[in-house]
Amino acid sequence: MKMCVCVCVCVCARARMCVCVCVCVDQGGVLRMHGGFGRVNLRQCLSGASCRCAGTREKSPSPETFHRPPSESLQDCLETFLHRVRFVLCRRRRVSLSCGASLLQTRIGNHYACGSPTFRAEMSGYQGKKNIPRITSDRLLIKGAKIVNDDQSFHADIYMEDGVIKQIGENLIVPGGVKTIDAHGGMLIPGGIDVHTRFQMPDRGMTAADDFYQGTRAALAGGTTMIIDHVVPEPGISLIAAFNQWREWADHKSCCDYSLHVDITEWHKGMQEELEAMVKDHGVNSFLVYLAYKDIFQLNDSQMYEVFSMIRDLGAIAQVHAENGDIIAEEQKRILGLGITGPEGHVLSRPEEVEAEAINRAVTVANQTNCPLYITKVMSKSAADVIAQARKKGTVVYGEPISASLGTDGTHYWSKNWAKAAAYITSPPLSPDPTTPDYLNSLLACGDLQVTGSAHCTFSTSQRAVGKDNFTLIPEGTNGTEERMSIIWDKCVVTGKMDENQFVAVTSTNAAKIFNLYPRKGRIAVGSDADLVLWDPDTTKIISAKSHHLAVEYNIFEGTEVRGAPLVVISQGKIVLEDANLHTIEGSGRYITRKPFPDYVYKRIKARSRLAELRGVPRGLYDGPVCEVTVTPKIMTPVTSGKTSPVKHTPQPVRNLHQSGFSLSGAQIDDNIPRRTTQRIVAPPGGRANITSLG
Amino acid sequence: MSFPGKKNTPRVTSDKLIIKGGKIVNDDQSFYADIYMEDGTIKQIGENLIVPTGVKTVDAYGHIVIPGGIDVNTCLQATHLGMTPADDFYHGTRAALMGGTTMIIDHVVPEPGTSLLAAYDQWRDTADKRSCCDYSLHIDITRWHEGLFEELEHLIKDKGVNSFLIFMAYKDKYQSSDTQIYEMFSAMRELGAIAQVHAENGDIIEEEQKKLLDLGITGPEGHVLSHPEEVETEAVYRAITIAKQANCPLYITKVMSKPAADVIAKARKKGMVIYGEPIAASLGTDGSHYWSKNWAKAAAFVMSPPLSPDTSTPEYLSSLLSCGDLQVTASAHCTFTTAQKAVGKDNFTLIPEGTNGIEERMSIVWDKAVATGKMDENDFVAVTSTNAAKIFNLYPRKGRIAVGSDADIVIWNTKETKTFSAKSHNLTVEVNIFEGMECRGFPVAVISQGRIVLEDGNLNVTEGSGRFIPRKAYPDFVYKRIKARGRMADARGVPRGNYDGPVHDVISMTKSMSATPSTRGPSCPGKTPVGPARNLHQSGFTLSGTQMDDHIPRRTSQKIVAPPGGRSNISSLS
Repeated sequence: MKMCVCVCVCVCARARMCVCVCVCVDQGGVLRMHGGFGRVNLRQCLSGASCRCAGTREKSPSPETFHRPPSESLQDCLETFLHRVRFVLCRRRRVSLSCGASLLQTRIGNHYACGSPTFRAEMSGYQGKKNIPRITSDRLLIKGAKIVNDDQSFHADIYMEDGVIKQIGENLIVPGGVKTIDAHGGMLIPGGIDVHTRFQMPDRGMTAADDFYQGTRAALAGGTTMIIDHVVPEPGISLIAAFNQWREWADHKSCCDYSLHVDITEWHKGMQEELEAMVKDHGVNSFLVYLAYKDIFQLNDSQMYEVFSMIRDLGAIAQVHAENGDIIAEEQKRILGLGITGPEGHVLSRPEEVEAEAINRAVTVANQTNCPLYITKVMSKSAADVIAQARKKGTVVYGEPISASLGTDGTHYWSKNWAKAAAYITSPPLSPDPTTPDYLNSLLACGDLQVTGSAHCTFSTSQRAVGKDNFTLIPEGTNGTEERMSIIWDKCVVTGKMDENQFVAVTSTNAAKIFNLYPRKGRIAVGSDADLVLWDPDTTKIISAKSHHLAVEYNIFEGTEVRGAPLVVISQGKIVLEDANLHTIEGSGRYITRKPFPDYVYKRIKARSRLAELRGVPRGLYDGPVCEVTVTPKIMTPVTSGKTSPVKHTPQPVRNLHQSGFSLSGAQIDDNIPRRTTQRIVAPPGGRANITSLG
Repeated sequence: MSFPGKKNTPRVTSDKLIIKGGKIVNDDQSFYADIYMEDGTIKQIGENLIVPTGVKTVDAYGHIVIPGGIDVNTCLQATHLGMTPADDFYHGTRAALMGGTTMIIDHVVPEPGTSLLAAYDQWRDTADKRSCCDYSLHIDITRWHEGLFEELEHLIKDKGVNSFLIFMAYKDKYQSSDTQIYEMFSAMRELGAIAQVHAENGDIIEEEQKKLLDLGITGPEGHVLSHPEEVETEAVYRAITIAKQANCPLYITKVMSKPAADVIAKARKKGMVIYGEPIAASLGTDGSHYWSKNWAKAAAFVMSPPLSPDTSTPEYLSSLLSCGDLQVTASAHCTFTTAQKAVGKDNFTLIPEGTNGIEERMSIVWDKAVATGKMDENDFVAVTSTNAAKIFNLYPRKGRIAVGSDADIVIWNTKETKTFSAKSHNLTVEVNIFEGMECRGFPVAVISQGRIVLEDGNLNVTEGSGRFIPRKAYPDFVYKRIKARGRMADARGVPRGNYDGPVHDVISMTKSMSATPSTRGPSCPGKTPVGPARNLHQSGFTLSGTQMDDHIPRRTSQKIVAPPGGRSNISSLS
């Protein structure tokens, strides 16, 4: 049998001298090595782009062969081989084997049998990696854990295989030789879902400092096993093209499962089909609309209305970046006019009210269109209040505070250290009110806010410095994907605002429900994905840029001491964090499709749309005198925005008034009521027809 | 003097009057006294007044004597689709006097394209000829054009206008974008005027109208269905947000629904300088009539924002009026005959908008708020007259019975009732939206400019006797707080050393603030001409010259030197 083994050799994790090697084992027991240094991509490797594993296509630049002695088992042979690889690598990278020995980590990654037709078929698609037979054991048993779901906690053992939870209970019957983790009564929670990241986001030719690799790695280190990233199409680029671009980036680099939101940065004809394609064929069920970033991404109210109507029809979720872009643009001009150019200008030009106003407007439009609404980045008290109030009135609206708004405040914008102040720039900005984090945590605990994200989008100081003389040019975004879970535990659970079950709800389960990932994600149950975190509620650590897993130089939570951290993280059934060591595999993350019409959100919406049918009043035709009007200036022209966009129904320049008149010919619902003869349309002696007179 | 001093023109009839035996009610107190007036001005107040002989005496025993009402929102001249309202300045002011209102403030609605000044002159011309009572003018901003700000300044400084209305509705016709609203508010704050807002989200309304017409709903009920309460509330909220940013006093015309009133009340609790104006229609009736089977009746109620279908709205609004959350009452009187309304018989979006109320306003407020015990007679005077006079800088000339004030006085019967009907009202329109409503409290005598215009149920008005009352900028009642805040709200930058670390190269500056027209509403030129791309270097601020922290000796460690580690201290975490 021909076999292809992919081996990821990390020479030095910090230096990112990660090497990916493809090993082919053919029938003669010959091991052949292909691969490259630096950051060879596993996905690329597998798809045969840079190295050819299939027997017939041996075009690798410099294969190294290694003959297996007949006496050795395959396992031993591999060990020997890998040792040799390390040796070769160290020599080539001028790293001494002895001194680098402790850094050397060899991970046998994904193992594939190749040569069979099924394998090739599966290579062509992205999904279905799960079904590929693996050589080493993906089986894992966790003993004596306290399993915490959003509804209850209980003690049980848990057994997983092939990335899926197979059994939960006591005294499980499992195959021999399974790797076992003893939890000693520790808390086992569903892996966190970070619903809002912007890894690798492009901004004016720059790219966010943390890409999908760094970002997801940090996420895993913090106990988050799935992220949902935002696709931001540059205006003018189709949604599909942008989506494919993000897919490509993420598939190559992501270390954990991911999904994608798509941002709608402009609205025009043809977007409708694109949205439909995204929902039906690409597994996207959430779209974000910007109310800020005037003349770049901003949509006007008419466009928002049309987008929301469309989204409701497709069964997706409307997300909103809520800030009034018009006011901000004016305030920016004013603040720059005052000579304020530093980062404090950012928060001065984006006051809380501007955020609350936009949320209020989005809620109004969502109510009118009966569309579920999701507010990303709830940063201020007043904004959270608007959401809470809308929920009290019955609107289907969800609010997402982020790590930054839960963990720190906006007083840092006034820091004398420019680089530090600039690191906090995000939109909407952190509130300068230092009581905001506490308030938002309380609302999160009482259910007025439901989901937590990180809005992780980091830029290095030199990138930020593009705006050193003008705060409006500073690229926006803060870190938080790694710190999110710990911050919430520290601020909410340790302080007694919420219990461990609520913690699971706001960090994972609610997000899974809203975005239709439940119960595959967000729950520990048989059949769910084996994305688990063994949570240590008592460890304390100090967050610092020196120890974090990010590429960016600043950490906005610098020096914050938090209690609660992941002890072991399991992603796709594999241990990725253990004993403070990260074992992530670049490109191992799968794209998780999300179906439209999530029950959690749409059950209510559907019931309402059944009820909310509008009815006209059946009246006799008005037959009185009609004033002559020469002009009809109230022409319904298409939207007059800068980015002109056509409306759903092709509008006529002048409405034909006769088309929309409704007549009473044919059967009517009140036919059974005999008509009073006095209602006949006759001219009474007084001269006026009875319909026009007061009855 | 730019205002023709009609006051000085000699009048034939006797201008001397004494009111005896009434209880004088101002917004702060009530007391018994006689009032003597001469030449349209109150000369004496007190008991046993010494007055010339042969003065006509009005007997007010058993009644209260209140300052004449001020109706702050009327549209007696604004055309709709080329149709003029059924009640013009003559009929409108006549009805106003009949109902105890002795002053109106009408809205000048320039047709888009005409200048504000031209429209103002046109209104002045008509009103001077036709108006029977004193009047003043608000000006509506319907279109943005070159020179708008100069016109505003001219109107405020020379023409006696201190309030301007901006439309957030009527998309593609009158609607202004948020950017324009912000600029207008800033301009008004600088000029000392009051920003009024017609608060409804025009974008949403247009979408809803399309939807309803597609559903085949063409009757007047479509009007209210396409203008839901939330849409009004949203716009009020937005206007408040912008006014807060611009530190501009805000006045919401036509508060029609409970949530809209709540938003205003809440903003006031947060300290905003904001005023809300419920109207006769919203205080006296509700929107259930839109579903009337009688098309003409249903159409008579069509106005924007519409009456709320929630039948508890009038009571709620009168409660808020009583507790001070809403301050002023108006009528928004703008009537069209049934034939005119019938232009929209097959399409509710074409029905000309507006209801009556100029005559009924005072009685409705009395009946709903005073007769029910929600407010007392002093509050009544405040909401029907004094507050309006204070906000629009007419006080104490109007809105108060005091020596030196104009002799606009109403003798009010608090005990008896009167029934409204299209048959008996003084309007030309055929339908009265308050048809059949019985109200306690009505004027028995009305004195305007010191002359009796209503007595024993007989109206005795003179067409063209109304004077234009100029209003000065910076009303104290409104601007004292605004000024104090303007002084407080200085934004300050942080003095920092210049950032000297590495700067990433950026290829294209897509995020430049270009001068593209605003995205909502008709395009317009802004106040300051903005170049197509901002010159980034112009806005950089440097620390050369003396600084405010010069007296603090600089720490040497703050000197910008490259430390051995390579990175300069300014870019590293301290």
